[in-house]
Amino acid sequence: MTTMKSPAIQVQNLRKVYTVSEQEAGTMAALGSLVRRRKVEVAAVDGISFDLAAGEIVGFLGPNGAGKTTTLKMLSGVLHPTSGDATVLGYVPSKREKSFLRQITLVMGQRNQLVWDIPALHSFELNRAIYRIPQEDYRRMLDELTALLELGPLLHKPVRNLSLGERMKCEIAAALLHRPSVVFLDEPTIGLDVTMQRRIRGFITEYNRRFGATVLLTSHYMADVEALCKRVVVIHHGKLLFDGDLSILVQKFTAHKTIEVQIGDCQADLNAYGEVVSCSDGHFTLRVPKAETARVTERLLADLPVIDLLVEDPPIEEVIELVFAQGNP
Amino acid sequence: MKALAELYAQQFKTTMAAMFQYRASLFIWMIGQVLEPLVYLIVWTIVSNSSGGSVGSYTTKEFAAYFIVLMLVNQITYTWIMYEFEYRVREGILSFALLKPVHPIHSDIADNVSSKLITLPIMIVIAVGLAVAFHASISPPLWAIGVFIPSLLLAFLVRFLLEWTLAQAAFWTTRVSAINQTYFVLLLFLSGQIAPLALLPHPVQIAAAILPFRWLISFPVEILLGQHTPAQALMGLGAQVAWLIVSIVLVRVVWRAGLRVYSAVGA
Repeated sequence: MTTMKSPAIQVQNLRKVYTVSEQEAGTMAALGSLVRRRKVEVAAVDGISFDLAAGEIVGFLGPNGAGKTTTLKMLSGVLHPTSGDATVLGYVPSKREKSFLRQITLVMGQRNQLVWDIPALHSFELNRAIYRIPQEDYRRMLDELTALLELGPLLHKPVRNLSLGERMKCEIAAALLHRPSVVFLDEPTIGLDVTMQRRIRGFITEYNRRFGATVLLTSHYMADVEALCKRVVVIHHGKLLFDGDLSILVQKFTAHKTIEVQIGDCQADLNAYGEVVSCSDGHFTLRVPKAETARVTERLLADLPVIDLLVEDPPIEEVIELVFAQGNP
Repeated sequence: MKALAELYAQQFKTTMAAMFQYRASLFIWMIGQVLEPLVYLIVWTIVSNSSGGSVGSYTTKEFAAYFIVLMLVNQITYTWIMYEFEYRVREGILSFALLKPVHPIHSDIADNVSSKLITLPIMIVIAVGLAVAFHASISPPLWAIGVFIPSLLLAFLVRFLLEWTLAQAAFWTTRVSAINQTYFVLLLFLSGQIAPLALLPHPVQIAAAILPFRWLISFPVEILLGQHTPAQALMGLGAQVAWLIVSIVLVRVVWRAGLRVYSAVGA
């Protein structure tokens, strides 16, 4: 893996304000809007800053509408920032220089670029011509991607006959044929089953490892983030909430620990020890303030016929929910 | 240049493959392309026959020749970009095009030329059949055939660039069908599709020549029908070149402005 001194991605006070025309409900309002439209400015991204080192995989988190996709589009040159600076591989993305576009890619899990009615291989060949990939490099990359993503039987079927997961694999392959060194992934596993999610995850790790690519990834599946990203950047309402190690995020935003304790059955009342989240088959889940974890554990062991006991951080989904909740005004 | 040729070749293969998937709809499209001029041809044949074998400067056989050549010229120069662009903007497909290190217009030109090349042989067969059926008479001087080719190419380029420019109205409004409709009505009357321009009132003829419409379809037809002197033909080519320059500038300016809007409202 390559590590370079200057960051691959630099974002400084990046802002994106959309102009949206608003209209009240009702006929009069509709007529009124013919004459004069009310324009409203919405800051989708409101002054965020972060850097990504070359070769890093970073999770970009936030609830729907937080500004994640807008940021990715600004970083890949599709949208012009309203203000602030972004550089990717030393380029200003909004200039859309050809040499820049040849080194990046953006995969949007909810959109497709493959030609719908014909086999994906045709779209691949078209991308080869568009990106001017030398025939030999193209062959090698296609073989590699085919092996990693198990594309073999899919390449010759019309795209419309592929399942969602199969299509996503082809989309990802099409986006990586030119071997980009910066990869933006917007919800690459959305709608996929658990097995397929895991396979895509494995592939992203492998691509990053093999080519030293920098990856910025958004996902609503925390399993993706836990598996792929040591570091996460969290935004909400267009503002940066957190930038750092995933484990620190958990520490910082949770004041609780979860204690899993197994006793004979669910008859016992454990409310005296902590908040009982659930119990099934004598398996209690308790939530206790972090500071009291040791004391509560000690009491549980002393007072009850404990079969098994486990102290854990709350699941990452819960942490993220807490983070987002705190971000709400 | 070599890379661009490669891109065009590849786009050709892709279009070919896609068109084989759309055989039925392609066939229906083509019926439309034949039917419209055929209807006008039949109408004008009846009118001409009932008024003693000619209307204005056109004999019945010349009407046949006019509408058959027009059918071919229209087939070669028409585009579907005005229907498609709005969809691309609305569905965010354009964002993918913007990620690519090549201007999206190249894919469109290549795609358009490819599908024309595929359908042209069939159209020529149909044209020959119609020419026999309607006793079309055509005897252009040799030089006129030489001028017809560049005039047809220029007509295609100007029409393509202008319609690509108009299609970008989708950046500014989500209701482009009104603009499309206005344009197509003007095109129908002023490009000679509904009747030869020579038969229309003088002011309309002037409007058709000042506006780009005559140069998009009618002019190449007039050339092949041998209606012009070499000097007039050269003047016409000059007008087409002028419109080509205007349309190139328009495409560039509108594209740049359009992208700013696309970027402002979100893509």
